[in-house]
Amino acid sequence: MSTYYAGLLADVGILLLGALSVYITLATGQLSLGNAGFMGIGAYLTSYLTVTVGIPLTPALVIAAVAAGIIGLIVGFPALRLKGIYLAMATLGFGEMVRSFFLNLDAMGGSGGFHGMHHISNDYIWSWAAAILLLVMILERSQIWLEMRAVCHDDTAAGLVGLNTTTIKVGAFGFAAAVAAIAGGLFAHHHVYIEPGNFNFERSIDFVLAVILGGSTVGPGALVGALLLVLLPEYLRFLAEWRFAAFGTLLIAMLLVRRQGILDRSLFRAFALRRPA
Amino acid sequence: MNGAGQAPLLALSGVTKTFGGVRALSDVSLEVLSGQIVGIIGPNGAGKTTTFNIITGAYRASKGEVLLEGNNITARPSYQIVWAGISRTFQNIRLFADMTVWEHLLVAQPHDGFSLRRLLPTHWANPAALHRARETLEFFGLGDVRDRIARSLPYGMQRRVELARAITARPRLLLLDEPVAGMNHHEADGIRQLILKLRDEGISILLIDHDMTFVMGLCEQLYVLDFGVLIAKGRPDEIRTNPAVLDAYLGQVA
Repeated sequence: MSTYYAGLLADVGILLLGALSVYITLATGQLSLGNAGFMGIGAYLTSYLTVTVGIPLTPALVIAAVAAGIIGLIVGFPALRLKGIYLAMATLGFGEMVRSFFLNLDAMGGSGGFHGMHHISNDYIWSWAAAILLLVMILERSQIWLEMRAVCHDDTAAGLVGLNTTTIKVGAFGFAAAVAAIAGGLFAHHHVYIEPGNFNFERSIDFVLAVILGGSTVGPGALVGALLLVLLPEYLRFLAEWRFAAFGTLLIAMLLVRRQGILDRSLFRAFALRRPA
Repeated sequence: MNGAGQAPLLALSGVTKTFGGVRALSDVSLEVLSGQIVGIIGPNGAGKTTTFNIITGAYRASKGEVLLEGNNITARPSYQIVWAGISRTFQNIRLFADMTVWEHLLVAQPHDGFSLRRLLPTHWANPAALHRARETLEFFGLGDVRDRIARSLPYGMQRRVELARAITARPRLLLLDEPVAGMNHHEADGIRQLILKLRDEGISILLIDHDMTFVMGLCEQLYVLDFGVLIAKGRPDEIRTNPAVLDAYLGQVA
C-alpha cells in the first residue's frame, strides 16, 4: 500500500472514532458540536503521558479516555438543561473553550504545537477503531441502548416508564468523551505533531457529517460515513478546485433522497428477517 | 383484602397545584385500596391529568402529599415512583418512535440500578427479561405484531402496547389516562376485559375517562373533579344521582 493510501486509511480510522463519539450522544437525542474538544483533551493528555512522563501509548490512551470521560460527565450535567440547538451551541462553546485553553497552555507548546510522539502503525489505529466499533455494536443490542433510544424519542415518557434519564444522558456524554479522547490520542501519534488548530470547530462538524451521511441510527453508519467523508473528496479530485463544491452538492442530494443516512435500522432488520427464524 | 388499620395502596392528602396564579387542583384527597378499580371523572380541564402528573412525579405538588402504602413519594423523580410500584399510560399515546412492540416490552423491564447485565446484549444476558416480555406479549395478545414498529399499528393496538409497556415495570398500581378514548365499542370492551384481568392479577387501577358507561361499569369507587376541586366521591350508583355531579358534569341537564 502506498503511503498516500495508508495515510487516508489512518484518517478513516480516526474519523470513525470521532464519528462514533457523536453517534453515542446522538443516540440519546443530544447533538454535540464540541467533540473535537474532547479529542483535543485526549490528544494533549496522551502526548504528555508518552513524551513527557514516558509511559507506553496504550495505557496512556486508557488514562486519557478515563480523564476525558470524567470531563464528559461534568459537561453532561449542565447539558441536561439544554435541548436541540441550544445544546448544540453550548457544546460548540465547550469545544472552542478547550481549543483556546491549549492555545494558551505554554507548557504544551501553546500556539506552536507539541511534538516528540513516536509514529504508530495503521494496524494499531485500526485495532482501536475496530474494537470500539465492536463495543458500540454490542452495546446496541443491550438494555441500556434501548433505554438511550427511549430517552432520545421522548425523555418525559422514558422517565415515566421507569428510566433514569439523567444518568443515561450524562453517561452517554462521558462515554462519548472517552471515545473522542482515544481518537485524539491516536491522531497525535499518527501525525506526531499537534496544535490547537487541529481540534477546531471544523473537526467537530466532520464527526457530525460522518454520522449523518453514514446513518445516525446504527453504529456501522459511522464507518460508512467516515469512509465516504475521507475518500469521496479524493475520488472527486479530477474536478480539481471544484471538488468541495461537488461534495457539498452530493451531500445535499443525499439528504434529500435518504435523510436517515446510508445505513439505517430498517436495512439491518430486513437482513435479519431473511435469516431463518 | 385490605385489613383495617393498614395504609391504603395510594393516598393523596390535601394536594394543591398552582400554575402561576391558576389553581389547577385545590386540596384534593383520594384513596385507592389494594385490589380496587377507582375512577376519576370530571369535565375537561377539571385537573384529572394534573392529578396523574403529580402522582407520577411529572409535576411537583404545591402543597399536600402523595403516599404509597404510607410512604411519602411526593416529588420523587418519575423513575423512582415507577420503581416504587406505580406505572401509567398517557392520554395521547406516547410510544417511542421507531421501536418495535418487542422493544417496548424490553425497555421498561425493571432493573436494580446499574448492573453489567444492562450493558450486554439482552438476548443472552437477560433471559429473565425475555421471559417476562414474552409473557406480557401473550397476555396482551400482541404476539403477531411483535416485530412491527409500534407506532405503525392501528390505534387500538397502540393502546394495548402502551398498556403492556406500563405492566412490564411490574406495578402494583396502574394509572390509565383515558384508556378507551377514541375507541369503538368493540375495542373498548377489549380494554375493559384487560383491565379486569389485570385487577385479577393483583394490580390496582386508577383511571380517568370521559366514557361514562365505561367508567360506571368498571369502577368500584369514583371521584368527581370540577375546576380542580373534588366535588363528590362514592360508588357509581351514588355518583349517578348526586345533584352536584349532575350539575357540574352533565351541565344543566337535571
